[in-house]
Amino acid sequence: MSILINSQTKVIVQGITGKTGLFHTRECRAYGTNIVGGVTPGKGGIHVDGIPVFDTMEEAVRVTGGTVSMIFVPPPGAADAILEACDAGVDLVVCITEGVPVKDMVLTRRVLADSNTLLIGPNCPGLITPGQCKIGIMPGYIHKPGKIGVVSRSGTLTYEAVKQLTDVGLGQSTCVGIGGDPIIGMKFVDVLKRFNDDPDTEGVLMIGEIGGCAEEEAAAWVKENMTKPVAGFIAGRTAPPGKRMGHAGAIISGGKGRAEDKIAAMTACGITVATSPTTMGEAMLKALGQA
Amino acid sequence: MNIHEYQAKEILSAYDIPVPRGRVAVTADQVERKAKMLGGRCVVKAQIYAGGRGKAGGVQVAYHPEQAHEIAKEMFGKRLVTPQTGPEGLKVRRILVEETVEVGREYYLSIALDRESSRYCFIASAEGGVNIEEVAATTPEKIHKLFIDPYTGLRGYQARRLAHAIGLEGSVAEDCVQLILNLYRCCLDKDCSLIEINPLVVTKAGWLLALDAKINFDDNALFRHWEYHEMQDYSQMEPLEISAGKFDLAYIKLDGNIGCMVNGAGLAMATLDVLKEKGGEPANFLDVGGGATREKVAEAFRIILQDKDVKGVFVNIFGGIMRCDVIAQGIIEAAGDSQCLLPIVVRMDGSQVEEGKSLLANSGLNVQCADFLGEGAERIVAMLKEFEEAE
Repeated sequence: MSILINSQTKVIVQGITGKTGLFHTRECRAYGTNIVGGVTPGKGGIHVDGIPVFDTMEEAVRVTGGTVSMIFVPPPGAADAILEACDAGVDLVVCITEGVPVKDMVLTRRVLADSNTLLIGPNCPGLITPGQCKIGIMPGYIHKPGKIGVVSRSGTLTYEAVKQLTDVGLGQSTCVGIGGDPIIGMKFVDVLKRFNDDPDTEGVLMIGEIGGCAEEEAAAWVKENMTKPVAGFIAGRTAPPGKRMGHAGAIISGGKGRAEDKIAAMTACGITVATSPTTMGEAMLKALGQA
Repeated sequence: MNIHEYQAKEILSAYDIPVPRGRVAVTADQVERKAKMLGGRCVVKAQIYAGGRGKAGGVQVAYHPEQAHEIAKEMFGKRLVTPQTGPEGLKVRRILVEETVEVGREYYLSIALDRESSRYCFIASAEGGVNIEEVAATTPEKIHKLFIDPYTGLRGYQARRLAHAIGLEGSVAEDCVQLILNLYRCCLDKDCSLIEINPLVVTKAGWLLALDAKINFDDNALFRHWEYHEMQDYSQMEPLEISAGKFDLAYIKLDGNIGCMVNGAGLAMATLDVLKEKGGEPANFLDVGGGATREKVAEAFRIILQDKDVKGVFVNIFGGIMRCDVIAQGIIEAAGDSQCLLPIVVRMDGSQVEEGKSLLANSGLNVQCADFLGEGAERIVAMLKEFEEAE
């Protein structure tokens, strides 16, 4: 089993005819993802690699029955693409696009909050259920089907974490890269809840980084609700205090956001935190009681 | 993206937010002239991309134009060190000369993005001024927040409630309502990630005035604000950070001697963490982007080698989909161009790993490959030690 996506998931790619969109469409398909259609305004009617292309999401969903969209639309149109997918009624939108303006995301997230559509990203690697379905830009070969859920704010650091899990013999149920932008769709807690409810996920590895307080929030939720072991890592322990401007950030975060604060909060909530990025796999084994 | 105080005030002024009369100057003579135009008595304010200037001597009152000249002469060319600049400080190249204001009371007002609620948030306090962070930490009840629902936007009654919360009354409160509404409009129009007015003052004569102003723009929105490119002051940035920016590379200079090239910000931070853990000192943070290309890798390598402090290079690329032979070619090209004899350790993961490794092995560079992150970090630290002992 898995969360959010599996071998049955039907995927529509928004921005399928762009260079990046087409490249990753092919990669995902080669992994086994069922890509049923694509959308590029103005190119409706053509086929790429045998995949039908539509002008609008509404039409794509109606004709193909796709339930998940993967977005490669460039930043100026990315928020519009998310809203279009939501309007077309898909269950899940995965926005890979990096560089979406914050203002666009403030409104987009507000609209999504009133809908039944979930969003992953933007600025994220996507998600993968190993051996079944890959919706994103992560390398498929480092993954292995199994029972560990992975949730991460980072892209390539997630690959490192997954590789370490695979190397120590732990396969993954689903790996979700939620993205590193200030405004994202699903947060740590939203993903943790689903892993907690998934009968085939036995433990979770959570990868965070400095800034914001999403990890602290997640840790508090884990303490109250999680019935499965959780291991974690926070990147940026040795990062120098950034040059900054103004006080608002410091006032909003109220002294949270530093690596030591996050590690302390996570540890206090029963999460096994890896002290080094080289021991994320071992930390997971330890949390499972296998080390 | 940062801009200077005087630029921020020009923008606020265009949104009918009252600011003191003032002019920017680039020489001490100009400062003296502007001081005369303001009647002699004026405030001389160093323009740098950081806050905390007041306590560092970057804001001084002059009582006559000659004194303004003297103050300016000392400020220009000097590196101003504040708690927000880092120990090396920032050069002062521009000075804002402003009329002096008879301050009645100081307030704090800002609008910024709140990540948790995913909304813009106003923050206001009756305890404005230089100690605002201390106020927030010790007496959070003196900080008032207002979250804006993007469906309704900011409404007049909300602005009024905020103005009253910080103790304003009567016509000043109504002026403040208008100011808050204008500030919100400005924030959206200009794609700001932060506008901060600290202090916002009520003068002894009873007028509202933005005595200081900071604006940050959302970097992701620069594509729809071409006017901002001209506002950037490159003298406030590290030269290597500027050239990295041209190639869309995120580069931050650090104090150590091991140059680092990594793809992805999270992995880049983790790489610095491992290097430190193994006893190394990173010379920089450099993110070549999640999907590093040959060109970007080559450019990144050149930038790292331009830093004279660099005595060794650690490359950590977890591509997966990228081809390692292509990455290796990028490294060989850049290192060859720069005739680099420094020790290099490359840790790559992706397709064609073996081809990439053999290209590097036969390149004639002083390079070793590693399969794991920890192993790579240990190796570069060891190679650096040998290299230094041999010298």
